[in-house]
Amino acid sequence: MSRIRDNYEDSLWNRLTKWVNGESDPFAGKMEMEPLREADYVGDSVYNPERLDKKKVLKYLEDTEKNQEIRAFRVLYNLSSVALCLLLIAVLLMAVSYLPVLGDPNGPNNNEVSARYVEKGMEESGAVNMVTNMILSYRGFDTFGETCVLFIAATCVIILLRKSEEEIENAKETDWKYEPKPDAILQKITLILVPVIFLYGFYIILNGHLSPGGGFSGGATVGAGLILYVTTFGFHKTQRFFNEKTYDMVKVGALSLYSVTMIYYFYTGANLIENHIPLGTPGDILSSGMILPINIFVGLEVACTMYAFFALFRRGGM
Amino acid sequence: MEAFKIVLLVFLILCAISASLIKNPLLSVIVFMSYSLIMSIIWFLLESPDLAITEAAVGAGVSSILFFVTLRKLKALQEGGQHEQDKR
Repeated sequence: MSRIRDNYEDSLWNRLTKWVNGESDPFAGKMEMEPLREADYVGDSVYNPERLDKKKVLKYLEDTEKNQEIRAFRVLYNLSSVALCLLLIAVLLMAVSYLPVLGDPNGPNNNEVSARYVEKGMEESGAVNMVTNMILSYRGFDTFGETCVLFIAATCVIILLRKSEEEIENAKETDWKYEPKPDAILQKITLILVPVIFLYGFYIILNGHLSPGGGFSGGATVGAGLILYVTTFGFHKTQRFFNEKTYDMVKVGALSLYSVTMIYYFYTGANLIENHIPLGTPGDILSSGMILPINIFVGLEVACTMYAFFALFRRGGM
Repeated sequence: MEAFKIVLLVFLILCAISASLIKNPLLSVIVFMSYSLIMSIIWFLLESPDLAITEAAVGAGVSSILFFVTLRKLKALQEGGQHEQDKR
């Protein structure tokens, strides 16, 4: 049973809510105020930005000789920010001094885990590149989570920045309807460069288990190539081979195939249990079981995300 | 090789400080790009070429492009834009 309150308007909670919402003026009725003049009522609100003289306000604010409070605040502000920075630097330097030396054989990072990765890694997963081996097979679950984070990030950008085709077509005044001016030099160079960039990106993706690189680096390179093509030739030409439908299909398809592969991997072949996908000879392009398809899926995912970020920031659609 | 490493590290620190101090946003982003490139060379010298490729593609390439696009949207790059008018 609750008490009936007859003075709810005056209660502390109500006044606090009003103050938080900005509905009430805490100084109203408590301070002596000069009544507003007729000229201040121009427009909808009392506050009229056209009548506000910015120079006068700035002059008043920068007049530190008369305004002692602001002067004290400025000095205090600068001193405290310098002190905070010095404190942060001191804490970070102290933390760094406790870190083990790089390459120290007795360091805590050189324990039995990394020794096992180095000794048995190639035999167990069939990849020559140790880093890819670790990222995609021993710690495949982490990489799966990271790929999901990329997917969610791209989805959030779509939710925030996407505009419909009609909106883009109608927006003549603003920057949204963006098509680059045809530039002969840029177009020729792009025509030479973009195939090379694509080729190099796919090379990095497909050789992820043999040489440095892998899905993420290769995907970022392919995405950068796509961005270069779009900035040169515009969105209408790019839409011929890469539009929103392709984006959806590639992105969702790659992520779901990746998850299916990962689930299969965890149920059947995680590490020492018999793996049903042949490992092949280490060093061949078609080797190392799961790692090659997973690299391809991650690469497609990352390339699509990079391009989507650019297209949505630039134009609000793909 | 030691001298080269020291030169790279000095350039890295210089780039990091000047990227935060430069007033012009366009120059600031370009300095940040060069920071990423130096960082990718340092990654390569630290024997992690995987990270070097990723840093060069993402740090120097895609993220600076996103910075440029955002600055253009905010009209911070144009002469005599809203940003410049407020200063006068």
